Amino acid sequence: MANMAMEKVPMPERDPKERAKCFEEVATGYTAAMAQEEAARCLGCKAMPCVKGCPVGVQIPDFIQKIAAGDFEGAYDTITATNSLPAVCGRVCPQESQCEGKCVRGVKGEPVGIGRLERFAADYVREKGNKKIETVPSNGHKVAVIGGGPAGLTCAGDLAKLGYQVTIFEAFQVAGGVLMYGIPEFRLPKQIVQEEINNLKDMGVEIRTNMVIGKIQSIDELMEEGFEAVFVGSGAGLPRFMGIPGEGLIGVCSANEYLTRINLMKGYLPEYETPVIKSKAVAVVGGGNVAMDAARSALRMGAEHVYIVYRRSEAEMPARLEEVHHAKEEGVEFLNLNNPVELIGDENGRVCGMKCIRMELGEPDESGRRRPVEIKGSEYVLDVDTVIMSIGTSPNPLIRSTTEGLEANRWGCIVVNEETMATTKEGVYAGGDAVTGAATVILAMGAGKTAAASIDEYIRSK
Amino acid sequence: MCDIIKTIAQIQAKFYREVNTVFLITEKTVLNQDVVKIKVSAPLIAKKALPGQFIIFRVNELGERVPLTIADYDREGGTITLIFQLVGNSTRQLAQLEVGDSILDLVGPLGVATEIPEDVKSVCVIGGGVGCAIAYPQAKALFNQGYDVDVIAGFRNKDIVILENEFKAVSNNLYVCTDDGSYGIKGLVTAVLKEQIDSGKKYDLVIAIGPIPMMKFVCKTTEPYEIKTIVSLNPVMIDGTGMCGGCRVTVGGKIKYACVDGPDFDGHQVDFDELMRRNGTYREQEHECRMMKLADKADK
Repeated sequence: MANMAMEKVPMPERDPKERAKCFEEVATGYTAAMAQEEAARCLGCKAMPCVKGCPVGVQIPDFIQKIAAGDFEGAYDTITATNSLPAVCGRVCPQESQCEGKCVRGVKGEPVGIGRLERFAADYVREKGNKKIETVPSNGHKVAVIGGGPAGLTCAGDLAKLGYQVTIFEAFQVAGGVLMYGIPEFRLPKQIVQEEINNLKDMGVEIRTNMVIGKIQSIDELMEEGFEAVFVGSGAGLPRFMGIPGEGLIGVCSANEYLTRINLMKGYLPEYETPVIKSKAVAVVGGGNVAMDAARSALRMGAEHVYIVYRRSEAEMPARLEEVHHAKEEGVEFLNLNNPVELIGDENGRVCGMKCIRMELGEPDESGRRRPVEIKGSEYVLDVDTVIMSIGTSPNPLIRSTTEGLEANRWGCIVVNEETMATTKEGVYAGGDAVTGAATVILAMGAGKTAAASIDEYIRSK
Repeated sequence: MCDIIKTIAQIQAKFYREVNTVFLITEKTVLNQDVVKIKVSAPLIAKKALPGQFIIFRVNELGERVPLTIADYDREGGTITLIFQLVGNSTRQLAQLEVGDSILDLVGPLGVATEIPEDVKSVCVIGGGVGCAIAYPQAKALFNQGYDVDVIAGFRNKDIVILENEFKAVSNNLYVCTDDGSYGIKGLVTAVLKEQIDSGKKYDLVIAIGPIPMMKFVCKTTEPYEIKTIVSLNPVMIDGTGMCGGCRVTVGGKIKYACVDGPDFDGHQVDFDELMRRNGTYREQEHECRMMKLADKADK
């Protein structure tokens, strides 16, 4: 009998006041009973609209039915058949615009909490410690994956399942990409990321850290070494700045820098050496997930006031609903329809204020969102001692500038055939932010998955 | 308490370790009280390194990622040479390692190698203090390629003069100067440079590597003579691959990233004042942190 409750079983969360001071995970996860209760809300539609909304095609009704029946390990197996990083996706996917956005239950009431259930299954199996890793006999073919982020990990996992010998070349000291350097501990514990990566290693994937491909070795050299195909998932690159006066002042940084110091370099732990800027009042410019991560991290680092300064209104915010909601609960102050025009410095060259102008929404622009227009004469100065720019990135230039035959578009994104993720260079495939510009973890994973299938076909047809 | 944290960090470090090269220190020389030279086994980096490029090191799990310019490389022996000044915690920790110890992480070669414009014949390489360690491979490469190379090496005083013999071997003329006159010519590198130019010496290119004020004033000196001047910048940096944006510098009014666009830039276009300011971002914090640690030690 389906559970016809209009709302999801609530997710247990730490108290906002308590959690805004620590880096412990905010959402603590369903119990088995909660998961079964929520799973019972799924109607098991034959048409499976939710699956169409999933970039990696997780068989959603199937795994939910298994949870409802108490077969949690079976549910995990169903998920991992198509998704190599379930504990990650259950936490960071924008479910509301993907699987849950298509859920029939969402027409009237809340959709089924698919993300929460996915997380539950992954956490259950991990905590039980009895996951079984299938190792496939090697087929003798070598594939190189450049970048150990979501796209690369997914591509590597899928290829390993097919018997390929996969080597991931990671630029940092640890694999994980944005899951390690970008998304904070309180949203995605690093231990979980590393355990998902360990699963890949158990499947036979080799990870070589400290390897910046394009510098230490080129793609051509990798191919000469015997890699038959290469997947480029090198991720997002240079952070954008606004080009307004004062961005060179002390106390102004990109969200990438701020978050990397805190997450990858663990600057929030006193025993780690990497310094993180100390702030009283922080303005984070932007309205995406990265902006929310930076703002919520700033609170935890001890800032008294943290502002999100966003030029459109909340309805246009690209961040996940849950992130906005959590940020508000924790005390982040939202200055929507505001845009910075100048950063003001004190006599020591340290930022001490941000001149903003108020905006209103005009006609829709090419993105379909209503264009923000300045309200003349509405400038004012916001007192801040730190400004974190979180207005996007442009793709990393290292690979495209060192690989002959690899075409990029005028924004620097690697050009691919979207059906196959094949680049203009034979045997080289690409996906994730390196192709799309800054996007989501799950889209990168989808691209990694598509590329893995294409690479398999390419090598088999050789 | 601190020990427990360290143990946890070590366990974590083990947990996080992945397939990796061991970056073994094969040679170590203390050049002066503040400057240490080490040779590190890093065959892949040694194979690719070019003058002007840098590496990023991390001494241990708790350490920062810190950029250092590659001072020399031995492609056959598979080693790179690093010469560094003890300026912060990380360089101090690096200096504590001995032959046989290894560095946890070493990434490189990063950055764009120095590009010498085609019509250049005569180059003046200027090093200031530990900047001489980076100026040296430049002078060596240029000299070996047949350029006419003069070197001006400036130091605060006699005690910190380094690489004099090395420079002598790779230059047509070497001018060593000290601020206090305790060794060589008394005065700043800019005075020596101006004197050379005014006495009729023709330089097609000046390469200046050293403290920011030195590079700034070398550029001010060469500007009226319209001599192209390349500087090697050392801004705040974390990843070194064009991701964090910490190393942004203003060059010709535009944002450039030292890790992927540099570290070499046209010195006449660089906003040195901004660079100097931004390099001080974490100085107070590091000082405070060191004081805390000293106080901790005193307590025990």
